[in-house]
Amino acid sequence: METITDKLGRIGGVNLLPVAVAVAAFVLIGAPSSWATLTVAGLAMGMMVFLMASGLSLIFGLMDVLNFGHSAFVSFGAFVAASVLAALSGWLGADSVFLNALALSLAILAAMSFGLAAGWFFERVIIRPVYHDHLRQILITMGALIVSEQIILAVWGGTPITVPRPQFLEGALILGDVSIEIYRIFAVLLGLVAFAGLYVVLNRTRIGLLVRAGVENREMVEALGYRIDRLFIGVFMAGSALAAVGGAMWAGYETLITPALGGEMMIVVFIVVIIGGLGSIEGTLLGALLVGLTANYVGFLAPKLALASNMILMMIILIWRPNGLRPAVK
Amino acid sequence: MSVLTVTAMKTDIGKYAVLHDITFEVPEGGVFVLLGRNGAGKTTTLRSIMKLWQPTPGSVRFQGEDITGLHTADIARRGIAYVPENMGIFGRLTVEENLVLATAKGKFDPARLKNIYALFPALEKFWTKQAWSLSGGQKQMLAVARAIIEPRALILIDEPTKGLAPSIVAAMADAFREISQSATILLVEQNFHFARSIGSNMAVIEDGRVVHSGAMADFAADKALQNKLLSLSA
Amino acid sequence: MKQSYGYLAVRLCVFAIWGLLCFAPFLFQDVRALEVAARICIFIVLVASYDLLIGYTGIVSFAHTMFFGFGAYGAAILLKQMGPGWDAVALGALAGVVVSLIVATGVGLLSLRVKAIFFAMITLATASVALVLASQLSQFTGGEDGITYRAPDLFKPATKLLVDAEGKVVKIFGVSLNGKLAAYYFVFFSALALFWVMVRIVAAPLGTVLKAIRENEARAEAIGYRVVAYRTFVFCLSAAVASLAGTIYAVWLKYTGPDTALSFAIMIDILLMVVIGGMGTMWGAVVGAVLMVLAQYYLRDLMGVAADAVTGVPLLPELLNPDRWLLWLGIIFILLVYFFPRGIVGTVQTMGARQ
Repeated sequence: METITDKLGRIGGVNLLPVAVAVAAFVLIGAPSSWATLTVAGLAMGMMVFLMASGLSLIFGLMDVLNFGHSAFVSFGAFVAASVLAALSGWLGADSVFLNALALSLAILAAMSFGLAAGWFFERVIIRPVYHDHLRQILITMGALIVSEQIILAVWGGTPITVPRPQFLEGALILGDVSIEIYRIFAVLLGLVAFAGLYVVLNRTRIGLLVRAGVENREMVEALGYRIDRLFIGVFMAGSALAAVGGAMWAGYETLITPALGGEMMIVVFIVVIIGGLGSIEGTLLGALLVGLTANYVGFLAPKLALASNMILMMIILIWRPNGLRPAVK
Repeated sequence: MSVLTVTAMKTDIGKYAVLHDITFEVPEGGVFVLLGRNGAGKTTTLRSIMKLWQPTPGSVRFQGEDITGLHTADIARRGIAYVPENMGIFGRLTVEENLVLATAKGKFDPARLKNIYALFPALEKFWTKQAWSLSGGQKQMLAVARAIIEPRALILIDEPTKGLAPSIVAAMADAFREISQSATILLVEQNFHFARSIGSNMAVIEDGRVVHSGAMADFAADKALQNKLLSLSA
Repeated sequence: MKQSYGYLAVRLCVFAIWGLLCFAPFLFQDVRALEVAARICIFIVLVASYDLLIGYTGIVSFAHTMFFGFGAYGAAILLKQMGPGWDAVALGALAGVVVSLIVATGVGLLSLRVKAIFFAMITLATASVALVLASQLSQFTGGEDGITYRAPDLFKPATKLLVDAEGKVVKIFGVSLNGKLAAYYFVFFSALALFWVMVRIVAAPLGTVLKAIRENEARAEAIGYRVVAYRTFVFCLSAAVASLAGTIYAVWLKYTGPDTALSFAIMIDILLMVVIGGMGTMWGAVVGAVLMVLAQYYLRDLMGVAADAVTGVPLLPELLNPDRWLLWLGIIFILLVYFFPRGIVGTVQTMGARQ
């Protein structure tokens, strides 16, 4: 038994779980073309959820702050991007890939800037006064979530909004009898870029070193002469911006968004960070891919169980590993 | 001139008053040892100096400057290093990364690094290993190395010999003697033999108060006082 | 705690509220007022049972509505299947409590042993799954439309509790002694009994242990209290009471659906009530529930008037729209948690003591 565990550990350990899920699904689904489509959809969803969840996980790891209002950034990102895209619909429909891409970049940039600014405001006004007080933290961030949702309702109204997609991301690639939406490929690529960027910053820079050290032992980082609260606001803003970008991508993926989007994604995001283990982006990526794949496979095999499937996945993993798959702190 | 002066420090943790009146003066150079029974408030004293607990009222002066109101990080930047009881090692970081964090600008001073290698050869050997894989003694060495990778005037060390093998304790004693040539060490220690072998001055804390302070040599010679304050039977 | 003026004022106020609720059918003789009074009774129990958890153990659950829903759906489904009768109500209540206890034990043991903060996230996830299941298993739950059914015959408006010589229903102070009145007093006395039981529980040694855990978890553990076991126990207790409150509400409304028994909006209401009233006091639940339910019914009307008054001003009518009332409550909620974390009752209680 021990040797099998060791062997598995050497070739990837828990990192192999998404592969295992994919293989199991291949057997259960039986049709390779459907399986391929679902797998790409699952990966795309996983990558977008990763964007939304990574900030939450880091913020918790670094400061022991759990922001229930995190999903507000997702919603705002989605709606801000939708508004920008709607305003630039002329560019989106144009025959020039350059104009398409420019409009898309502007939309993502707008969501990101909004996330940065809102993150700054949130950290300063909402979170700072209640550090070290979990009960009030949960209550206050929950209150902020309620207010944010109401603001979205007041500004954008309660009716669903259609999100235009840029021309060059419309349509699907056909490989044999497998069809893959181009937008999904784009989502996977963008998620990978974000993950790579985060990975490099965390592992190759001094700031990243401080963040990793802070996740483990905040007090000691301060005793070595660093103001971790100043570091934290940076992480908070970056995490919020990532969530907003995730929301923007999600808006383009769903193409029809309602103010309930944030609340729905929050559940998925929580499940992801719990599965992955709080405080590590590798864990978050792992959790996001697992959730994305499971949701798509189960949605195909047993549609009624789609949401419950994430829950069951979380329960199983918590029973097996109470701290999640790859928690940052031992 | 004394490097550190603590006056009438009082610290509450939650509802519990842990320190009532801590007053002592650490002269420059040598090893100053804080002695006392378990739970007397020695660790709390070090943490309060670093502002990891909030002491009220009282004052802490470091090299003549009042540092009572400063943030932990700014106190550290003034030149005080802290080695906590649990060593505060970042287990997920490598030995090198642990040390890089302790440098002021992210670069090593080659001479100091060489000195650390000489004091603790194990650290050079495990330079790229993640710190959680080190043994207890090696972790303690890393914690001390982190405190001396930059020039510091004062190093606070909390129970460095706890749970270590005798050979490593001896190596620690040598290291502390050498470090105290260029910096002052404020040491919390339960092991009186160890404390006596390297201490130059000392204070005894009992129930949150300093009840005795003076030269280590005098205290070591006064068996009656030792019995009274530390209940030692050796 | 010393018996300060504030302390006495709170007690008096709470007794006055129960008194008003007791005579509500005679004091406020219209249908809407009776609705409001019954809703207040139910929410006092629901909020007090939530306070047992958040106020006395310091852990936050977002699944309280789910337990409320278990009780409501338990009664609703059985009343629908078995027809109106007390056996259906009793069985429904029992089923609700049993399901609640099983789920609460599972969630508690799974998440409370790790980190209290996991608990908040996991309860939220569990509750949302329950909501989705309720709308998808429509053959049992009626889906989004919910279930309509009849209550036991005693509560029919046509039922005559007392008849005079001519066979007409007796009126006291102009109020007919009919089934509607019986239904209200069923709600009132059940709520009062459950509330009284909870007040006794926190006054008993158990309450002292809970407070010790809330104040200092590590210390309580050191003294020898099994923190996880206690927390799970309290979670189960509060879940069971919430479930019973759900059953009572289902009997009163004669309708159960996601909006009345499971929606996240109810969870937000409960949170607001417990924070506004004051956590960890039990009495706060009474004050919070009264204020919030009144606000729900009457503040919206006020906001509608205000919104009409500012038509033409940009954005302002949108913000004052009665549908946006949660926006303002949310802001009030945040300010309360900042400045009066002990809520109305907690703040008032200490007022007299300071002098």
